[in-house]
Amino acid sequence: MSTETSPTSSVEMTSSSAAHSPDNPAPVIQPPRARTGRAPRSTRTNFEMYGWLFMRLSGIVLVVLVLGHLVIQLVLDGGVSRIGFAFVAGRWASPFWQFWDLLMLWLAMLHGANGMRTIINDYSERDNTRFWLKMVLYTATVFTVLLGTLVIFTFDPNIR
Amino acid sequence: MPAGTLYRGREGMWSWVAHRVTGVTIFFFLFVHVLDTALVRVSPEAYDDVVATYKAPIVSLLEYGLVAAVLFHALNGLRVIAVDFWAKGPKYQRQMLWTVVGVWVVLMAGAAYPVLNHAARVLFGS
Repeated sequence: MSTETSPTSSVEMTSSSAAHSPDNPAPVIQPPRARTGRAPRSTRTNFEMYGWLFMRLSGIVLVVLVLGHLVIQLVLDGGVSRIGFAFVAGRWASPFWQFWDLLMLWLAMLHGANGMRTIINDYSERDNTRFWLKMVLYTATVFTVLLGTLVIFTFDPNIR
Repeated sequence: MPAGTLYRGREGMWSWVAHRVTGVTIFFFLFVHVLDTALVRVSPEAYDDVVATYKAPIVSLLEYGLVAAVLFHALNGLRVIAVDFWAKGPKYQRQMLWTVVGVWVVLMAGAAYPVLNHAARVLFGS
C-alpha cells in the first residue's frame, strides 16, 4: 500500500472491481426502469389522464345542460308547480329535448360515477371494501343509465 | 388549534371539501331523480303522485338546497378548470373562489323566489 495521502488512497478496491480496467470494463447495468425483452409488457395506460380530462370536458357541457334544465324545471313559467305527466309528454315530443336529456343523463352519470370512484379510492383502505364499493357503484351506474335511456326512447304519451 | 389537524386549510382545501360534498349529494339525488322520472313508463298517475310529493313545502326547501349544491359545484368546477388550464389560474385561485362565492350568493338570491314561492304560498297562503 502507498503511504501517500491523496483523497482516494484510503478507498480500497474490492476484488471484483479491482479486476476492471479499460481493457476489462465493468458490465453495463440497465437503468432501473428500462424495459428489456424479458420484462412483461407494460400494463400502464393513460386511463387516469383521460378520466381527468373527461371530468373537465363533461363538466363544461354539464354546466350548460344542468343549469338550463334547472331554469326550465324550477324557474320559468311557474316552476315545479306545473310539472306533471303532461309536462313531460310535451317536452319529450321534441327530439331536441330528448337529446338534451339523454346527453345530460349520460354525462352526469359518468361524471358522477367517476367522482365517486375517486372518493372511494381515496377513503376506503381495505382492498376488499374498495373493490365491493366500486362494484356497487358500477352496478348502480349501469342500471341507472340504461333505465333512463330506455325511458327516454320508449316514452309513450298515450300510455293510458 | 393544534398543528397538523387540518390539511393546509384555507380556501384551497375548503373549496375542495365543498366540491366533494356537493358532488356526492348531487350524485345521490341524480340516482333518485332517474328512478322517479322512470315512473312515466308505469302510468301518468304514478308519476304525478310522486311529483306531488315534490311540491310539498319541505321538499321545496330541499330543492333549494339542491340548487345551492349544483350552483356551487358548477361554479367551482369552472374555477378548477381555470386553475388547471389557465397559466395564471393557480396564482388567482383564491380570488376566483371568492368570485365563485359572490356569484353563488347572487344566483341563490335570484333562485329564492322562483324555487320557494310555491312553498311559501302553501304554508302562508297567497
